[in-house]
Amino acid sequence: MMSHTGFVLASYGAAIIVLTALIGWILIDQRSQRQALQELESRGVRRRSETKMDNAS
Amino acid sequence: MSDTVSKTGRWIDLANPTRFLSLAGVVLPWLGGLTVLVLGIGFWMSMNAPDDYQQGSTVKIMFIHVPFAWLSMMCYTIMTIAALGTLVWRHPLADVSARAAAPIGAVFTALALITGSLWGKPMWGTWWVWDARLTSVFVLFLMYLGIIALTRAMDDPAKSARATAILTLVGFINIPIIKFSVDWWNTLHQPASVLRMGGSTLDPSYLIPLLVMAIGFTLLFFTLHMMAMRNEIWRRRVTAMRRVAARSAERRTA
Repeated sequence: MMSHTGFVLASYGAAIIVLTALIGWILIDQRSQRQALQELESRGVRRRSETKMDNAS
Repeated sequence: MSDTVSKTGRWIDLANPTRFLSLAGVVLPWLGGLTVLVLGIGFWMSMNAPDDYQQGSTVKIMFIHVPFAWLSMMCYTIMTIAALGTLVWRHPLADVSARAAAPIGAVFTALALITGSLWGKPMWGTWWVWDARLTSVFVLFLMYLGIIALTRAMDDPAKSARATAILTLVGFINIPIIKFSVDWWNTLHQPASVLRMGGSTLDPSYLIPLLVMAIGFTLLFFTLHMMAMRNEIWRRRVTAMRRVAARSAERRTA
């Protein structure tokens, strides 16, 4: 019987590495956006839709 | 805030990013948990599937290669629907959805190409051939990269949304080409064996793990897509708030 275990392991390994990198990137992005939002909110900055008087557009 | 929104009607309700954020907060833990569970079961079933009498252990590559290839096309289809949402209904979440999906689709397409190559070498004797199926999937990968570049080329998402939507719509022509390339041309890649007229040709000992893995990776896609969409909404809010902050700082100095 042919033995191609290396190819199978390489496929699963590549999938795990690439997907882990993708998930990691999304989680890092999530943390940095959350921090930026909290930082702005703590400075008292509000979005335009939350400030009733500002209709600059 | 939610009270004022609900008065404006159902359509805008669904399109409301704030609604989406609260929905994502509730759904994501469950979706993520379900993804881990189904992928765990699928992985265990894949490892315990018998070796094929012709392909030996390489048949196990199928359990990841086929879901990646399916998802690469499903992701593009979702982006096309989102593009219609941007162009026709100007749905505020449509561009967010397309922009968040593009990198995930590119990753799944790259993985379909990598695992396919690793399956092709032992079975076909070559890492790559320029046959219709492989080439059309490679073109799909390039389309994803082009869309990612375009979405990030302009600072203001409002400007890039239309251009990205049009490019996505034009590129959709590639999806039926990928699907039917194995029937229209004489390719080294095999024709469809799961979704075909007359039923699947796969033995249940391979079909069931494959379907479980496909469901698992589809759940993974939707989990990641929802997370990326939430990130994108937050990113736009941060940009908007920074603009407000800069404007009020300007007014104070003036």
